[in-house]
Amino acid sequence: MIAVELSKLVRRPRTWVTIALLAGLPVVVGIFLKVTGIAPAPGSGPALLSEVLNNGVLFPAAALALILPVFLPVAVAVVAGDAIAGEASAGTLRYLLARPVTRGRLIASKVIMALTFIALAIGIVAIVNLIAGASLFGIKPLTSLSGTGLSTREALARTVLAILYIGWSMLGLAGIALFASTRTDSPLAAALTALAAFVTSQVLDLIDATQAIKPYLPTHYWLAFVDLFRDPILWRGIQRGVALQAVYLVIFLGAAWASFATKDVTS
Amino acid sequence: MSDVVVRTDGLTKRYPGGLLAVDELDLEVHEGDLFGFLGPNGAGKSTTIRMMLGLVFPTAGNVEILGCPIPKRGGDALSQVGALIEGPGFYPHLSGRRNLTLFDAAGKNGTRSTRTRRLDDVLERVGLADVGRRPVRAYSMGMRQRLGLAAALLRHPRLLILDEPTNGLDPQGIHELRTLFVDLVQEGTTVFLSSHLLSEVELICTRAAMMANGRLVAQDRVEALLAPTGVLRIESPDASVAANVLRSRRIPVEWLDRTHLRVHLNGEPAEEVNSLLVNQGVRIRELARERPTLEDVFLGLTGSTALEPSSDPPTETATEEPS
Repeated sequence: MIAVELSKLVRRPRTWVTIALLAGLPVVVGIFLKVTGIAPAPGSGPALLSEVLNNGVLFPAAALALILPVFLPVAVAVVAGDAIAGEASAGTLRYLLARPVTRGRLIASKVIMALTFIALAIGIVAIVNLIAGASLFGIKPLTSLSGTGLSTREALARTVLAILYIGWSMLGLAGIALFASTRTDSPLAAALTALAAFVTSQVLDLIDATQAIKPYLPTHYWLAFVDLFRDPILWRGIQRGVALQAVYLVIFLGAAWASFATKDVTS
Repeated sequence: MSDVVVRTDGLTKRYPGGLLAVDELDLEVHEGDLFGFLGPNGAGKSTTIRMMLGLVFPTAGNVEILGCPIPKRGGDALSQVGALIEGPGFYPHLSGRRNLTLFDAAGKNGTRSTRTRRLDDVLERVGLADVGRRPVRAYSMGMRQRLGLAAALLRHPRLLILDEPTNGLDPQGIHELRTLFVDLVQEGTTVFLSSHLLSEVELICTRAAMMANGRLVAQDRVEALLAPTGVLRIESPDASVAANVLRSRRIPVEWLDRTHLRVHLNGEPAEEVNSLLVNQGVRIRELARERPTLEDVFLGLTGSTALEPSSDPPTETATEEPS
Protein backbone atom coordinates (compact mmCIF):
# COMPACT_ATOMS: atom_id res chain seq x y z
CA MET A 1 0.00 0.00 0.00
CA ILE A 2 2.93 2.30 0.73
CA ALA A 3 4.33 1.62 -2.73
CA VAL A 4 0.90 2.39 -4.19
CA GLU A 5 0.75 5.73 -2.38
CA LEU A 6 4.25 6.71 -3.47
CA SER A 7 3.43 5.71 -7.02
CA LYS A 8 0.35 7.95 -6.93
CA LEU A 9 2.45 10.81 -5.53
CA VAL A 10 5.11 10.68 -8.22
CA ARG A 11 2.64 10.09 -11.05
CA ARG A 12 0.68 13.15 -10.15
CA PRO A 13 1.58 16.20 -12.25
CA ARG A 14 0.63 18.47 -9.36
CA THR A 15 3.49 17.12 -7.23
CA TRP A 16 6.09 18.21 -9.75
CA VAL A 17 4.48 21.55 -10.57
CA THR A 18 4.42 22.41 -6.87
CA ILE A 19 8.06 21.42 -6.38
CA ALA A 20 9.12 23.33 -9.49
CA LEU A 21 7.42 26.47 -8.18
CA LEU A 22 8.97 26.00 -4.74
CA ALA A 23 12.44 25.64 -6.25
CA GLY A 24 11.91 28.41 -8.80
CA LEU A 25 11.00 31.26 -6.48
CA PRO A 26 14.41 31.49 -4.73
CA VAL A 27 16.18 31.22 -8.10
CA VAL A 28 14.23 34.27 -9.27
CA VAL A 29 15.19 36.14 -6.11
CA GLY A 30 18.84 35.10 -6.60
CA ILE A 31 18.88 36.40 -10.16
CA PHE A 32 17.54 39.78 -9.02
CA LEU A 33 20.19 40.00 -6.32
CA LYS A 34 22.93 39.11 -8.78
CA VAL A 35 21.75 41.53 -11.47
CA THR A 36 21.17 44.53 -9.19
CA GLY A 37 23.82 43.71 -6.60
CA ILE A 38 21.45 45.08 -3.97
CA ALA A 39 21.29 42.74 -0.96
CA PRO A 40 19.04 43.37 2.03
CA ALA A 41 20.89 45.16 4.78
CA PRO A 42 22.34 42.72 7.35
CA GLY A 43 19.70 41.87 9.97
CA SER A 44 16.79 42.91 7.76
CA GLY A 45 14.87 41.04 5.08
CA PRO A 46 14.54 37.24 4.87
CA ALA A 47 17.02 35.26 6.96
CA LEU A 48 20.54 34.82 5.56
CA LEU A 49 19.73 36.67 2.36
CA SER A 50 22.03 39.58 3.18
CA GLU A 51 24.97 37.16 3.14
CA VAL A 52 24.41 35.32 -0.12
CA LEU A 53 25.70 38.04 -2.40
CA ASN A 54 29.16 37.34 -1.02
CA ASN A 55 28.84 33.59 -0.86
CA GLY A 56 26.63 31.10 -2.70
CA VAL A 57 27.15 28.42 -0.08
CA LEU A 58 24.41 29.93 2.04
CA PHE A 59 21.97 30.12 -0.85
CA PRO A 60 20.18 26.76 -0.30
CA ALA A 61 19.46 27.69 3.31
CA ALA A 62 18.43 31.21 2.27
CA ALA A 63 16.17 29.67 -0.39
CA LEU A 64 14.42 27.52 2.20
CA ALA A 65 14.10 30.58 4.43
CA LEU A 66 12.31 32.31 1.55
CA ILE A 67 9.72 29.60 1.04
CA LEU A 68 9.36 28.73 4.72
CA PRO A 69 7.01 31.54 5.81
CA VAL A 70 4.20 30.91 3.27
CA PHE A 71 4.93 28.88 0.19
CA LEU A 72 6.14 25.65 1.76
CA PRO A 73 3.41 25.47 4.44
CA VAL A 74 0.75 26.04 1.77
CA ALA A 75 2.15 23.21 -0.33
CA VAL A 76 2.32 20.88 2.68
CA ALA A 77 -1.24 21.78 3.74
CA VAL A 78 -2.55 21.12 0.22
CA VAL A 79 -0.80 17.75 -0.19
CA ALA A 80 -1.54 16.45 3.33
CA GLY A 81 -5.06 17.90 3.26
CA ASP A 82 -5.70 15.97 0.06
CA ALA A 83 -4.61 12.66 1.61
CA ILE A 84 -7.97 11.21 2.67
CA ALA A 85 -10.40 13.89 1.52
CA GLY A 86 -8.96 13.72 -2.01
CA GLU A 87 -9.69 9.99 -2.17
CA ALA A 88 -13.18 10.67 -0.83
CA SER A 89 -13.93 13.31 -3.43
CA ALA A 90 -12.53 11.19 -6.28
CA GLY A 91 -14.75 8.29 -5.15
CA THR A 92 -11.72 6.04 -4.65
CA LEU A 93 -11.81 5.95 -0.84
CA ARG A 94 -14.71 3.48 -0.74
CA TYR A 95 -12.95 1.20 -3.21
CA LEU A 96 -9.65 1.27 -1.29
CA LEU A 97 -11.38 0.41 1.98
CA ALA A 98 -13.47 -2.32 0.36
CA ARG A 99 -10.41 -3.69 -1.43
CA PRO A 100 -9.85 -4.13 1.60
CA VAL A 101 -7.14 -1.85 2.94
CA THR A 102 -7.48 -1.42 6.69
CA ARG A 103 -8.03 2.13 7.85
CA GLY A 104 -4.90 2.19 9.99
CA ARG A 105 -2.82 1.06 7.06
CA LEU A 106 -4.33 3.66 4.78
CA ILE A 107 -3.58 6.47 7.25
CA ALA A 108 -0.05 5.15 7.78
CA SER A 109 0.68 5.07 4.08
CA LYS A 110 -0.76 8.58 3.70
CA VAL A 111 1.59 9.80 6.45
CA ILE A 112 4.53 8.27 4.63
CA MET A 113 3.31 9.84 1.40
CA ALA A 114 3.17 13.29 3.06
CA LEU A 115 6.62 12.86 4.62
CA THR A 116 8.02 11.77 1.28
CA PHE A 117 6.56 14.85 -0.36
CA ILE A 118 8.15 17.12 2.25
CA ALA A 119 11.53 15.41 1.88
CA LEU A 120 11.31 15.46 -1.89
CA ALA A 121 10.30 19.12 -2.04
CA ILE A 122 12.93 20.35 0.40
CA GLY A 123 15.65 18.15 -1.09
CA ILE A 124 15.00 19.36 -4.61
CA VAL A 125 14.74 23.00 -3.52
CA ALA A 126 18.09 22.67 -1.72
CA ILE A 127 19.89 20.98 -4.61
CA VAL A 128 18.51 23.32 -7.27
CA ASN A 129 19.45 26.34 -5.20
CA LEU A 130 22.87 25.00 -4.27
CA ILE A 131 23.57 24.84 -7.99
CA ALA A 132 21.99 28.26 -8.52
CA GLY A 133 23.92 29.76 -5.59
CA ALA A 134 27.23 28.29 -6.73
CA SER A 135 26.82 29.51 -10.27
CA LEU A 136 25.46 32.96 -9.35
CA PHE A 137 27.61 33.83 -6.36
CA GLY A 138 30.39 31.23 -6.13
CA ILE A 139 31.37 29.11 -3.16
CA LYS A 140 33.74 30.58 -0.57
CA PRO A 141 34.60 29.89 3.04
CA LEU A 142 31.90 31.36 5.19
CA THR A 143 31.84 33.87 7.98
CA SER A 144 29.29 32.67 10.52
CA LEU A 145 26.56 34.97 11.78
CA SER A 146 28.62 35.28 14.95
CA GLY A 147 31.61 36.53 12.99
CA THR A 148 33.95 33.53 13.15
CA GLY A 149 35.13 31.58 10.12
CA LEU A 150 33.54 28.35 8.80
CA SER A 151 35.00 26.04 6.19
CA THR A 152 32.87 25.26 3.13
CA ARG A 153 32.58 21.70 4.36
CA GLU A 154 31.30 22.87 7.74
CA ALA A 155 28.91 25.29 6.03
CA LEU A 156 27.45 22.50 3.89
CA ALA A 157 27.06 20.25 6.92
CA ARG A 158 25.15 22.97 8.70
CA THR A 159 23.06 23.54 5.59
CA VAL A 160 22.10 19.86 5.65
CA LEU A 161 21.12 20.21 9.31
CA ALA A 162 19.06 23.28 8.45
CA ILE A 163 17.30 21.38 5.66
CA LEU A 164 16.45 18.54 8.02
CA TYR A 165 15.19 20.97 10.62
CA ILE A 166 12.98 22.83 8.15
CA GLY A 167 11.57 19.55 6.90
CA TRP A 168 10.91 18.47 10.48
CA SER A 169 9.19 21.81 11.13
CA MET A 170 6.49 20.86 8.63
CA LEU A 171 5.43 17.76 10.57
CA GLY A 172 3.02 19.54 12.91
CA LEU A 173 1.25 21.22 10.04
CA ALA A 174 1.16 17.96 8.06
CA GLY A 175 -0.45 16.26 11.07
CA ILE A 176 -3.08 18.98 11.38
CA ALA A 177 -3.84 18.78 7.64
CA LEU A 178 -4.14 14.98 7.77
CA PHE A 179 -6.51 15.17 10.69
CA ALA A 180 -8.63 17.76 8.85
CA SER A 181 -8.53 15.48 5.82
CA THR A 182 -10.30 12.72 7.74
CA ARG A 183 -13.06 15.08 8.85
CA THR A 184 -14.28 16.24 5.45
CA ASP A 185 -14.82 14.93 1.93
CA SER A 186 -13.46 18.13 0.42
CA PRO A 187 -9.67 18.37 -0.03
CA LEU A 188 -9.99 22.14 -0.29
CA ALA A 189 -11.73 22.38 3.07
CA ALA A 190 -9.04 20.23 4.67
CA ALA A 191 -6.20 22.34 3.24
CA LEU A 192 -7.94 25.55 4.30
CA THR A 193 -8.44 24.25 7.83
CA ALA A 194 -4.74 23.47 8.11
CA LEU A 195 -3.85 26.87 6.66
CA ALA A 196 -6.19 28.57 9.11
CA ALA A 197 -4.34 26.85 11.96
CA PHE A 198 -1.03 27.94 10.44
CA VAL A 199 -2.06 31.59 9.98
CA THR A 200 -3.54 31.73 13.48
CA SER A 201 -0.28 30.44 14.89
CA GLN A 202 1.72 33.00 12.90
CA VAL A 203 -0.51 35.90 14.01
CA LEU A 204 -0.47 34.88 17.66
CA ASP A 205 3.30 34.63 17.47
CA LEU A 206 3.54 38.27 16.35
CA ILE A 207 1.82 39.99 19.26
CA ASP A 208 3.06 40.55 22.78
CA ALA A 209 -0.18 39.63 24.55
CA THR A 210 0.33 35.94 23.77
CA GLN A 211 3.72 35.69 25.50
CA ALA A 212 2.52 32.85 27.74
CA ILE A 213 1.51 30.50 24.92
CA LYS A 214 4.13 31.43 22.30
CA PRO A 215 6.49 28.53 23.05
CA TYR A 216 3.64 26.12 22.24
CA LEU A 217 2.65 27.61 18.89
CA PRO A 218 3.47 25.19 16.06
CA THR A 219 5.27 27.86 14.00
CA HIS A 220 7.15 29.49 16.88
CA TYR A 221 10.50 27.77 16.39
CA TRP A 222 10.42 27.58 12.59
CA LEU A 223 13.07 30.27 12.15
CA ALA A 224 15.33 28.73 14.79
CA PHE A 225 17.21 27.02 11.93
CA VAL A 226 19.13 30.33 11.56
CA ASP A 227 20.83 29.48 14.85
CA LEU A 228 22.58 26.62 13.06
CA PHE A 229 24.72 29.22 11.31
CA ARG A 230 25.97 30.76 14.55
CA ASP A 231 29.25 29.72 16.12
CA PRO A 232 28.87 27.89 18.40
CA ILE A 233 25.43 26.62 17.33
CA LEU A 234 22.57 27.76 19.58
CA TRP A 235 20.82 24.46 20.18
CA ARG A 236 18.07 25.58 22.54
CA GLY A 237 15.49 26.76 19.97
CA ILE A 238 16.32 23.86 17.64
CA GLN A 239 15.77 21.29 20.36
CA ARG A 240 12.51 22.82 21.46
CA GLY A 241 11.32 23.09 17.87
CA VAL A 242 12.09 19.43 17.17
CA ALA A 243 10.27 18.30 20.32
CA LEU A 244 7.28 20.56 19.73
CA GLN A 245 6.77 19.33 16.15
CA ALA A 246 6.94 15.72 17.33
CA VAL A 247 4.27 16.42 19.95
CA TYR A 248 1.97 18.08 17.40
CA LEU A 249 2.48 15.25 14.94
CA VAL A 250 1.70 12.55 17.50
CA ILE A 251 -1.40 14.33 18.82
CA PHE A 252 -2.91 15.03 15.41
CA LEU A 253 -2.07 11.66 13.90
CA GLY A 254 -3.70 10.05 16.92
CA ALA A 255 -6.75 12.24 16.39
CA ALA A 256 -6.76 11.46 12.66
CA TRP A 257 -6.61 7.74 13.33
CA ALA A 258 -9.34 7.88 15.99
CA SER A 259 -11.56 9.97 13.75
CA PHE A 260 -11.05 7.84 10.66
CA ALA A 261 -11.23 4.41 12.30
CA THR A 262 -14.78 4.98 13.52
CA LYS A 263 -16.10 7.04 10.64
CA ASP A 264 -18.94 5.96 8.35
CA VAL A 265 -17.57 6.31 4.84
CA THR A 266 -20.48 7.62 2.79
CA SER A 267 -18.49 9.38 0.08
CA MET B 1 -28.29 -26.63 2.10
CA SER B 2 -25.99 -24.53 -0.03
CA ASP B 3 -23.45 -22.19 1.52
CA VAL B 4 -24.63 -18.85 2.75
CA VAL B 5 -22.51 -16.15 1.16
CA VAL B 6 -24.18 -13.10 2.69
CA ARG B 7 -26.13 -13.11 5.91
CA THR B 8 -27.44 -10.06 7.72
CA ASP B 9 -29.21 -10.44 10.96
CA GLY B 10 -31.25 -7.64 12.52
CA LEU B 11 -29.03 -5.22 10.62
CA THR B 12 -29.86 -1.64 11.55
CA LYS B 13 -28.28 1.70 10.73
CA ARG B 14 -29.31 4.99 12.24
CA TYR B 15 -27.14 7.84 10.95
CA PRO B 16 -25.99 10.50 13.43
CA GLY B 17 -28.58 12.92 12.02
CA GLY B 18 -31.30 10.53 13.23
CA LEU B 19 -32.19 9.05 9.84
CA LEU B 20 -33.07 5.36 10.17
CA ALA B 21 -31.64 4.13 6.89
CA VAL B 22 -31.84 0.37 7.49
CA ASP B 23 -34.20 -1.21 9.98
CA GLU B 24 -33.82 -4.80 11.23
CA LEU B 25 -32.77 -6.27 7.90
CA ASP B 26 -32.43 -10.04 7.57
CA LEU B 27 -30.92 -11.09 4.26
CA GLU B 28 -29.64 -14.46 3.12
CA VAL B 29 -27.80 -14.93 -0.14
CA HIS B 30 -26.68 -18.41 -1.14
CA GLU B 31 -23.70 -19.50 -3.16
CA GLY B 32 -24.54 -19.41 -6.85
CA ASP B 33 -27.44 -17.00 -6.54
CA LEU B 34 -27.98 -14.17 -8.94
CA PHE B 35 -29.57 -12.13 -6.23
CA GLY B 36 -31.61 -9.03 -7.01
CA PHE B 37 -31.66 -6.38 -4.30
CA LEU B 38 -34.49 -4.06 -5.12
CA GLY B 39 -36.11 -0.93 -3.94
CA PRO B 40 -36.61 2.68 -4.86
CA ASN B 41 -33.88 5.27 -4.39
CA GLY B 42 -33.50 5.98 -0.69
CA ALA B 43 -34.82 2.60 0.45
CA GLY B 44 -31.55 1.78 2.24
CA LYS B 45 -29.92 -0.42 -0.39
CA SER B 46 -26.68 1.53 -0.59
CA THR B 47 -26.33 1.81 3.17
CA THR B 48 -26.81 -1.97 3.39
CA ILE B 49 -24.13 -2.54 0.76
CA ARG B 50 -21.77 -0.16 2.56
CA MET B 51 -22.30 -2.11 5.78
CA MET B 52 -21.58 -5.35 3.90
CA LEU B 53 -18.27 -3.87 2.76
CA GLY B 54 -17.24 -2.43 6.12
CA LEU B 55 -17.58 1.19 5.02
CA VAL B 56 -20.47 2.07 7.31
CA PHE B 57 -20.71 0.65 10.82
CA PRO B 58 -24.07 -0.88 11.84
CA THR B 59 -25.95 0.63 14.79
CA ALA B 60 -27.20 -2.87 15.62
CA GLY B 61 -27.21 -6.35 14.14
CA ASN B 62 -24.59 -8.33 12.25
CA VAL B 63 -23.27 -8.84 8.74
CA GLU B 64 -21.45 -11.95 7.64
CA ILE B 65 -19.76 -12.20 4.27
CA LEU B 66 -18.44 -15.64 3.24
CA GLY B 67 -18.81 -16.67 6.86
CA CYS B 68 -16.69 -13.81 8.25
CA PRO B 69 -18.21 -11.13 10.47
CA ILE B 70 -17.84 -7.62 9.00
CA PRO B 71 -16.06 -5.36 9.79
CA LYS B 72 -14.17 -7.52 12.30
CA ARG B 73 -12.78 -10.03 9.80
CA GLY B 74 -13.23 -7.90 6.73
CA GLY B 75 -9.66 -8.53 5.63
CA ASP B 76 -10.31 -12.25 5.09
CA ALA B 77 -13.67 -11.96 3.41
CA LEU B 78 -13.50 -8.80 1.37
CA SER B 79 -10.40 -9.76 -0.59
CA GLN B 80 -12.64 -12.42 -2.18
CA VAL B 81 -15.33 -9.87 -2.99
CA GLY B 82 -15.53 -7.58 -5.99
CA ALA B 83 -17.69 -4.50 -5.70
CA LEU B 84 -19.11 -1.64 -7.67
CA ILE B 85 -20.36 0.88 -5.14
CA GLU B 86 -22.55 3.77 -6.32
CA GLY B 87 -20.62 4.45 -9.46
CA PRO B 88 -16.98 3.85 -10.25
CA GLY B 89 -14.13 5.81 -8.60
CA PHE B 90 -10.84 6.39 -10.38
CA TYR B 91 -7.89 8.76 -10.51
CA PRO B 92 -8.84 10.86 -13.52
CA HIS B 93 -5.31 11.77 -14.62
CA LEU B 94 -4.20 8.13 -14.91
CA SER B 95 -5.06 5.58 -17.59
CA GLY B 96 -7.62 2.86 -16.96
CA ARG B 97 -4.91 0.22 -16.89
CA ARG B 98 -2.78 2.20 -14.41
CA ASN B 99 -5.84 2.70 -12.21
CA LEU B 100 -6.54 -1.03 -12.16
CA THR B 101 -2.87 -1.79 -11.42
CA LEU B 102 -2.83 0.56 -8.42
CA PHE B 103 -6.12 -0.84 -7.17
CA ASP B 104 -4.89 -4.41 -7.52
CA ALA B 105 -1.61 -3.63 -5.74
CA ALA B 106 -3.35 -1.90 -2.84
CA GLY B 107 -4.48 -5.04 -1.01
CA LYS B 108 -4.36 -8.81 -0.67
CA ASN B 109 -4.84 -11.37 -3.48
CA GLY B 110 -3.42 -8.99 -6.06
CA THR B 111 -0.63 -11.35 -7.13
CA ARG B 112 1.82 -9.45 -9.23
CA SER B 113 2.90 -12.30 -11.48
CA THR B 114 -0.61 -12.81 -12.80
CA ARG B 115 -1.57 -9.13 -12.93
CA THR B 116 -0.95 -8.40 -16.61
CA ARG B 117 -2.92 -11.45 -17.67
CA ARG B 118 -5.78 -10.69 -15.27
CA LEU B 119 -5.88 -7.08 -16.49
CA ASP B 120 -6.07 -8.21 -20.12
CA ASP B 121 -8.79 -10.71 -19.25
CA VAL B 122 -11.09 -8.31 -17.43
CA LEU B 123 -10.63 -5.46 -19.89
CA GLU B 124 -11.53 -7.86 -22.68
CA ARG B 125 -14.49 -9.12 -20.71
CA VAL B 126 -16.04 -5.69 -20.14
CA GLY B 127 -15.33 -4.56 -23.69
CA LEU B 128 -12.46 -2.15 -22.99
CA ALA B 129 -9.68 -4.24 -24.53
CA ASP B 130 -8.58 -1.59 -27.03
CA VAL B 131 -9.06 1.53 -24.96
CA GLY B 132 -5.34 2.36 -25.00
CA ARG B 133 -3.53 4.79 -22.76
CA ARG B 134 -6.09 7.59 -22.53
CA PRO B 135 -6.59 8.99 -19.03
CA VAL B 136 -9.86 8.05 -17.34
CA ARG B 137 -10.75 11.76 -17.48
CA ALA B 138 -11.40 11.27 -21.21
CA TYR B 139 -13.68 8.23 -20.74
CA SER B 140 -17.41 8.37 -21.37
CA MET B 141 -19.71 7.53 -18.47
CA GLY B 142 -20.41 4.10 -19.92
CA MET B 143 -16.67 3.38 -20.23
CA ARG B 144 -16.08 4.38 -16.62
CA GLN B 145 -18.87 2.06 -15.58
CA ARG B 146 -17.24 -0.77 -17.52
CA LEU B 147 -13.86 0.02 -15.99
CA GLY B 148 -15.47 -0.08 -12.53
CA LEU B 149 -16.81 -3.50 -13.35
CA ALA B 150 -13.38 -4.58 -14.57
CA ALA B 151 -11.93 -3.53 -11.20
CA ALA B 152 -14.57 -5.60 -9.43
CA LEU B 153 -13.78 -8.68 -11.54
CA LEU B 154 -10.01 -8.33 -11.35
CA ARG B 155 -9.40 -10.93 -8.66
CA HIS B 156 -11.97 -13.53 -9.74
CA PRO B 157 -14.18 -12.79 -6.75
CA ARG B 158 -16.42 -15.43 -5.17
CA LEU B 159 -18.99 -12.74 -4.54
CA LEU B 160 -19.69 -9.77 -6.75
CA ILE B 161 -21.59 -6.89 -5.17
CA LEU B 162 -22.91 -4.46 -7.74
CA ASP B 163 -24.79 -1.29 -6.94
CA GLU B 164 -26.75 -0.03 -9.95
CA PRO B 165 -24.25 -1.48 -12.45
CA THR B 166 -26.17 -0.50 -15.57
CA ASN B 167 -26.19 3.23 -14.80
CA GLY B 168 -24.96 5.22 -17.77
CA LEU B 169 -25.00 2.30 -20.19
CA ASP B 170 -26.90 2.22 -23.46
CA PRO B 171 -29.37 -0.62 -24.20
CA GLN B 172 -26.66 -2.57 -26.03
CA GLY B 173 -24.33 -2.21 -23.01
CA ILE B 174 -27.08 -3.25 -20.62
CA HIS B 175 -27.73 -6.35 -22.69
CA GLU B 176 -24.01 -7.23 -22.69
CA LEU B 177 -23.85 -6.85 -18.92
CA ARG B 178 -26.86 -9.10 -18.40
CA THR B 179 -25.16 -11.78 -20.46
CA LEU B 180 -21.96 -11.25 -18.49
CA PHE B 181 -23.76 -11.67 -15.16
CA VAL B 182 -25.42 -14.88 -16.28
CA ASP B 183 -22.03 -16.19 -17.49
CA LEU B 184 -20.40 -15.29 -14.19
CA VAL B 185 -23.05 -17.13 -12.21
CA GLN B 186 -22.55 -20.17 -14.42
CA GLU B 187 -18.84 -20.02 -13.60
CA GLY B 188 -19.75 -20.19 -9.91
CA THR B 189 -19.65 -16.53 -8.88
CA THR B 190 -22.43 -15.32 -6.65
CA VAL B 191 -23.80 -12.01 -7.91
CA PHE B 192 -25.55 -9.55 -5.63
CA LEU B 193 -27.20 -7.01 -7.88
CA SER B 194 -28.76 -3.91 -6.45
CA SER B 195 -31.09 -1.94 -8.66
CA HIS B 196 -34.08 0.33 -8.68
CA LEU B 197 -34.99 -0.95 -12.13
CA LEU B 198 -37.20 -3.88 -11.24
CA SER B 199 -37.73 -5.08 -14.78
CA GLU B 200 -33.98 -5.40 -15.23
CA VAL B 201 -33.74 -7.82 -12.34
CA GLU B 202 -36.84 -9.76 -13.33
CA LEU B 203 -35.10 -10.86 -16.51
CA ILE B 204 -32.05 -12.50 -14.98
CA CYS B 205 -32.21 -12.91 -11.20
CA THR B 206 -32.91 -16.20 -9.47
CA ARG B 207 -33.67 -14.74 -6.07
CA ALA B 208 -34.64 -11.27 -4.96
CA ALA B 209 -35.17 -9.15 -1.89
CA MET B 210 -37.17 -5.95 -1.86
CA MET B 211 -36.63 -3.01 0.44
CA ALA B 212 -38.77 0.01 1.17
CA ASN B 213 -38.07 2.69 3.75
CA GLY B 214 -35.21 0.71 5.28
CA ARG B 215 -37.24 -2.46 5.79
CA LEU B 216 -37.31 -5.76 3.98
CA VAL B 217 -40.70 -6.26 2.32
CA ALA B 218 -40.03 -9.54 0.52
CA GLN B 219 -37.30 -12.09 -0.05
CA ASP B 220 -37.85 -15.15 -2.18
CA ARG B 221 -37.09 -16.91 -5.42
CA VAL B 222 -38.08 -14.68 -8.31
CA GLU B 223 -40.21 -17.52 -9.67
CA ALA B 224 -42.20 -17.57 -6.45
CA LEU B 225 -42.56 -13.81 -6.34
CA LEU B 226 -43.89 -13.87 -9.86
CA ALA B 227 -46.33 -16.76 -9.31
CA PRO B 228 -49.58 -16.51 -11.29
CA THR B 229 -52.16 -14.28 -9.66
CA GLY B 230 -55.12 -16.59 -10.17
CA VAL B 231 -56.53 -14.44 -12.92
CA LEU B 232 -56.98 -15.62 -16.48
CA ARG B 233 -57.01 -13.24 -19.41
CA ILE B 234 -59.04 -14.28 -22.40
CA GLU B 235 -59.29 -12.66 -25.79
CA SER B 236 -62.16 -13.91 -27.91
CA PRO B 237 -64.43 -12.57 -30.63
CA ASP B 238 -67.23 -14.35 -28.74
CA ALA B 239 -66.45 -12.68 -25.43
CA SER B 240 -70.07 -12.16 -24.44
CA VAL B 241 -70.88 -15.84 -24.93
CA ALA B 242 -67.84 -16.75 -22.88
CA ALA B 243 -68.90 -14.40 -20.08
CA ASN B 244 -72.35 -15.97 -19.95
CA VAL B 245 -70.98 -19.52 -19.89
CA LEU B 246 -68.58 -18.68 -17.06
CA ARG B 247 -71.12 -16.73 -15.01
CA SER B 248 -73.54 -19.65 -15.26
CA ARG B 249 -70.81 -21.70 -13.56
CA ARG B 250 -70.42 -18.99 -10.86
CA ILE B 251 -66.97 -18.03 -12.09
CA PRO B 252 -66.56 -14.24 -11.70
CA VAL B 253 -65.74 -12.36 -14.88
CA GLU B 254 -64.69 -8.76 -15.54
CA TRP B 255 -64.87 -6.99 -18.88
CA LEU B 256 -61.80 -5.19 -20.10
CA ASP B 257 -63.24 -4.29 -23.50
CA ARG B 258 -65.49 -5.93 -26.10
CA THR B 259 -63.12 -8.82 -26.78
CA HIS B 260 -61.11 -9.11 -23.54
CA LEU B 261 -62.15 -10.72 -20.26
CA ARG B 262 -60.49 -11.19 -16.90
CA VAL B 263 -61.55 -14.39 -15.22
CA HIS B 264 -61.07 -14.97 -11.48
CA LEU B 265 -60.22 -18.62 -11.27
CA ASN B 266 -60.73 -19.16 -7.51
CA GLY B 267 -58.83 -22.42 -7.69
CA GLU B 268 -60.37 -23.61 -10.93
CA PRO B 269 -57.54 -24.90 -13.20
CA ALA B 270 -57.02 -22.75 -16.27
CA GLU B 271 -57.17 -25.76 -18.58
CA GLU B 272 -60.67 -26.65 -17.26
CA VAL B 273 -61.94 -23.18 -18.08
CA ASN B 274 -60.38 -23.47 -21.52
CA SER B 275 -62.00 -26.79 -22.35
CA LEU B 276 -65.33 -25.63 -20.95
CA LEU B 277 -65.36 -22.60 -23.26
CA VAL B 278 -64.19 -24.53 -26.31
CA ASN B 279 -66.90 -27.16 -25.74
CA GLN B 280 -69.48 -24.38 -25.71
CA GLY B 281 -68.25 -23.23 -29.13
CA VAL B 282 -66.41 -20.15 -27.90
CA ARG B 283 -63.60 -19.26 -30.28
CA ILE B 284 -60.53 -18.32 -28.29
CA ARG B 285 -57.86 -16.08 -29.77
CA GLU B 286 -55.66 -15.97 -26.71
CA LEU B 287 -55.75 -17.31 -23.17
CA ALA B 288 -53.09 -16.65 -20.56
CA ARG B 289 -52.65 -16.75 -16.81
CA GLU B 290 -51.88 -13.29 -15.51
CA ARG B 291 -48.47 -12.99 -13.88
CA PRO B 292 -47.45 -9.93 -11.91
CA THR B 293 -44.31 -8.02 -12.74
CA LEU B 294 -41.88 -7.39 -9.91
CA GLU B 295 -43.16 -3.86 -9.94
CA ASP B 296 -46.70 -5.08 -9.30
CA VAL B 297 -45.45 -7.28 -6.47
CA PHE B 298 -43.48 -4.43 -4.98
CA LEU B 299 -46.33 -1.95 -5.18
CA GLY B 300 -48.67 -4.54 -3.74
CA LEU B 301 -46.40 -5.27 -0.79
CA THR B 302 -45.69 -1.66 0.03
CA GLY B 303 -49.35 -0.77 -0.29
CA SER B 304 -48.60 2.04 -2.72
CA THR B 305 -51.54 0.94 -4.87
CA ALA B 306 -54.40 -1.39 -4.03
CA LEU B 307 -53.50 -4.53 -5.89
CA GLU B 308 -55.06 -7.95 -6.05
CA PRO B 309 -54.64 -10.53 -4.75
CA SER B 310 -54.37 -9.12 -1.27
CA SER B 311 -51.34 -10.92 0.08
CA ASP B 312 -50.33 -11.48 3.63
CA PRO B 313 -48.69 -8.64 5.51
CA PRO B 314 -45.21 -7.84 4.23
CA THR B 315 -43.02 -10.47 5.82
CA GLU B 316 -40.44 -12.83 4.56
CA THR B 317 -42.06 -15.58 2.58
CA ALA B 318 -41.03 -19.14 3.31
CA THR B 319 -38.21 -20.06 1.02
CA GLU B 320 -37.56 -23.27 -0.76
CA GLU B 321 -33.86 -23.83 -0.98
CA PRO B 322 -32.58 -24.31 -4.49
CA SER B 323 -29.92 -26.93 -4.08
